[in-house]
Amino acid sequence: MANAHSDHPAHLQHHFVSSEQQFDAAKMGMWLFLVTEILLFSGMFVAYIVYRTWHPEVFAHSAELLDPFMGGLNTIVLLASSFTVALGIHYAQKDNKKGLVINLILTFLFALTFLVVKYFEYTAKFEHGVFPGAAFDPHGVSHGVDYALYNIPYARQFFSIYFVMTGIHGFHVLVGMGLFTWITIRALKGEFSSAYYTPVENCGLYWHLVDIIWIFLFPLLYLI
Amino acid sequence: MGDKGVFWLPDAMSTFAGEVDALFWFVFWTSTVLFVAVVAAKLYFMFRYKRRDETSVPDPVHESKLLESAWIVVPTLLVLFVFIWGFDVYLRMNTAPPDAYEITVRGKQWAWEFEYAEGVTTFTEMYVPVGRPVKLVMSSSDVLHSFFVPAFRVKQDLVPNRYSSVWFEATQTGEFQIYCTEYCGTAHSAMLAKVVVVSEEEFASWITEQSQDLPPVELGAQLFAQCALCHAVDGTTKIGPALNGIFGTQQKLTDGTSVLVDEDFILESILNPAIKVAEGFQPIMPAGYSGMTPKQLDGLVAYIKSLK
Amino acid sequence: MSESASGTINYLNHDKSIKSWLLTLDHKRIGIMYLIAVSLAFLAGGILAILVRIELMAPGETIMSADAYNQSFTLHAVLMIFTFIIPAVPAVMGNFVLPLQIGAKDVAFPRLNLASFYIYVLGAVIAMAALLVGRIDGGWTFYTPYSTSVGDGILFVTTGVFVMGFSSILTGLNFIVTVHKMRAPGLTWNRLPLFIWSIYATAIVQVLATPVIGITMLLLFLEKFMHIGIFDPALGGDPVLFQHFFWFYSHPAVYIMILPAFGIISDLMGTFSRHQVSGYKFVALSSVAIAFLGFLVWGHHMFVSGQSATSSVVFSLITYLIGIPTGVKVINWVSTMYRGSVQLKTPMLYAIAFLFTFSIGGFTGIMLGVLAIDIHLHDTYFVVAHFHYVMMGGNVIAALGGLHYWWPKITGKMFNEKLGKIAAGLVFFGFNLTFFPQFIMGAQGMPRRYYDYLPEFQGYHLLSTYGSWVLAAGLFLILGYLLASLINGKKAGLNPWGALTLEWTHTTTPPHPHNFLETPIVTRGAYDFHLAKELFATGEEVSEVVTSTH
Repeated sequence: MANAHSDHPAHLQHHFVSSEQQFDAAKMGMWLFLVTEILLFSGMFVAYIVYRTWHPEVFAHSAELLDPFMGGLNTIVLLASSFTVALGIHYAQKDNKKGLVINLILTFLFALTFLVVKYFEYTAKFEHGVFPGAAFDPHGVSHGVDYALYNIPYARQFFSIYFVMTGIHGFHVLVGMGLFTWITIRALKGEFSSAYYTPVENCGLYWHLVDIIWIFLFPLLYLI
Repeated sequence: MGDKGVFWLPDAMSTFAGEVDALFWFVFWTSTVLFVAVVAAKLYFMFRYKRRDETSVPDPVHESKLLESAWIVVPTLLVLFVFIWGFDVYLRMNTAPPDAYEITVRGKQWAWEFEYAEGVTTFTEMYVPVGRPVKLVMSSSDVLHSFFVPAFRVKQDLVPNRYSSVWFEATQTGEFQIYCTEYCGTAHSAMLAKVVVVSEEEFASWITEQSQDLPPVELGAQLFAQCALCHAVDGTTKIGPALNGIFGTQQKLTDGTSVLVDEDFILESILNPAIKVAEGFQPIMPAGYSGMTPKQLDGLVAYIKSLK
Repeated sequence: MSESASGTINYLNHDKSIKSWLLTLDHKRIGIMYLIAVSLAFLAGGILAILVRIELMAPGETIMSADAYNQSFTLHAVLMIFTFIIPAVPAVMGNFVLPLQIGAKDVAFPRLNLASFYIYVLGAVIAMAALLVGRIDGGWTFYTPYSTSVGDGILFVTTGVFVMGFSSILTGLNFIVTVHKMRAPGLTWNRLPLFIWSIYATAIVQVLATPVIGITMLLLFLEKFMHIGIFDPALGGDPVLFQHFFWFYSHPAVYIMILPAFGIISDLMGTFSRHQVSGYKFVALSSVAIAFLGFLVWGHHMFVSGQSATSSVVFSLITYLIGIPTGVKVINWVSTMYRGSVQLKTPMLYAIAFLFTFSIGGFTGIMLGVLAIDIHLHDTYFVVAHFHYVMMGGNVIAALGGLHYWWPKITGKMFNEKLGKIAAGLVFFGFNLTFFPQFIMGAQGMPRRYYDYLPEFQGYHLLSTYGSWVLAAGLFLILGYLLASLINGKKAGLNPWGALTLEWTHTTTPPHPHNFLETPIVTRGAYDFHLAKELFATGEEVSEVVTSTH
């Protein structure tokens, strides 16, 4: 692209006047995107609130089937990953490439741990016929829990909401892992510095949102 | 526009229809006056200020605060007035008098069912007494429907697993159209019925007459009204096959096999219509008819059997 | 696309390869690709509309079966709303004009912009695939449980709408950031063209409302696919909840469809009256206010659905609050002409027509907002007529005005003004003939979505069908002379309408690939014609690009 400025940094796209304008634009765009994410989840939260208000006892009863230990573990894992991603941004600002890369990899591994725990949670449910939708048919006994006790009207709605919400959230975690892979590679190539670390910052913002949504999902689904 | 009642709105035949109409006409004429004013101003400005000199650049008009506030305040007062009026009429339309005569209405693809407390059920005609509040308690047995009688200015959705209600008091005897106004599938536009408004005495004698036990074939003939939308009895093909003269014959099915049309097959076809589908037809008959009592089913089978 | 006579470089001639179009990051070219795509969608939806109208010429079967009819009107609505009218003005004219009007080289995120386009195409193709795999009927509102009880087409349509939602969100996000961060020096909020204000307000709605239709479509998909029991009453779900979800998006979506039209009309009124738009601040800010208030009125679609009477009352009240600023805007547009210098070129004719048709749409909207009246009119042809007066009489007529207005800038060619005026007349007459009779039969009780009807309504249906032919003739005439102008149209000057916004004053026709050779410096408001008298002093069309230093 035609650009005659001699002091033109490599990361600056031609249609921006300055790095500052580009950074501001990217950050604002990211915040707007996060707003849309919140609204996407808010639809699910509304469905949850409506059904919980209509059938509070069924929801309280069904929630007992979810394992607060697994959920709690995942909460800690995600909080830790939020910390590492924040550290990563800190190192990017300090031009510390090694610190940045290590923290990005740690974040990735925490995200992976989250999904592994989620996998075990899901399969434990599927084994006993706790599926979203038409296949919902709880049966069998394990760890002293009689699943058949959960085969009651509106339990299907609870588990549908549980699977849809955690499923969409899990999908976001997966997308986050893709993003961290991408910026780790770019970090290794040395593309980021204190002058330019917008992608790291934006991925961090995204990841905090994923974390915050889980902070709401965990008590709503597992605890109350 | 001459007789405006006929031109825009159907004749008002319920106690609150007149009030709805008064509100309608108020908004209609206010809007028309404002609309004509806007269009007239527009046309006048278009020609009065037409560009005659290519170099002319008019200066901005000093905006009048008074005028600007006026066209915010006046419409606001107008719409608030209309809102309060509409709210008032709406509340009365929503609150049925406690002594209203109740009829249970059930909507299903694609027929209406009107059940009276006296044990009478009708399908294509809903008899109501004139000059007495009637409350309809409504539900649907499949998808959403909506009960609409233009002459009474009433409309209400029918929702599965939920009761909704609507009430009216007819002011004149006669027959008035009932429409389904919530889209419900293939024959949505044929889901019609009539309200038949009769005098108190006629209504009383009609109810007594209806609640007599009918012989099965006659009961079936009456019930068949809801089938007649899709099934003819004169050999013509409608949405479904014609049903006259089929008893005892072999019917070809869509899967290539044939089946003998006997009582069992007729019953099965009513209860589980999708299992055996006649050749050349779509499996679109709703299973909603399985809710009938054994006596009604017997009547319907007997009637279909009797068709020549 | 011939070279401009002077041989200067512009965005059309600097690289003509197919690849340079398909992979372009230039907002102007993306705008043109959208123009072609939404025009095709409009054509498809329009053909279905004509078929629907022909079927309704007589009661009973005319040219198609009940099932074919039900699918036709459904697909007509889905195509027109999701693939045509929602992207039409923002994605076509917003893309082409917005960066030019604010003096930017491009939108903030050009790659995202191109991605939005392909996401839109993908979504549209998926939605149309519903046609091939099976039945899709029940109207564009997808009310459960009907929508989940018929064929699998619904799976494709919900997926398509979901995917197109992303396109809408990304476009909106892009525009908000662009307006905030990329304005030229001196272009303060008070100097912004009103088209920018309205696209900005639209973008807010796109960003805030579209995620909700996303999750609604996802839940509807899962309801059909796995029977999750949220909306299906047979499984314990609630169909009225679906209606709340659906209208929470779809009412704001009405503002996605109408707000951009407000912007075009403001620009046209200002330019062709050569006059400051009356009540500029009010027109600008009320668009944003309407965008937010639009989120609080969804329940007025549900007065007879079984929602509580209290909710109905509240929704009815807020509906009026939205009606007032809209009404005041109309007054502002009319009074812009007062003591102006009005030139009745084709684009202005559309603005004048808009004031007529949109006012009818607005007033009938107020009627529908009155609780007691709505009960009678709900789900009748009155509603059908009302939203066509707003959507087509509002958005489409304004979009046609905008298309004619910016056509010379986009293509560098003038269209045939005489044919333009004839077509505008045909469209206006045909439109009113098509939809006005529908008000009358609706008030008389003719329900919407009816394949068959009582004979007493036939007269109105006939008028309506004849009107649709006139309307179609007008639209094809437009297509014809616009295409012809590409081949033998007169070369357009820099600023044929004498406008003051940057796309007319500060760049060539057609614009340079990077829009501006020098970043414009803005010293006056978009309609401050009295501060730019020197531009019109000779009475000739301006032939030189204004440089920022004057």
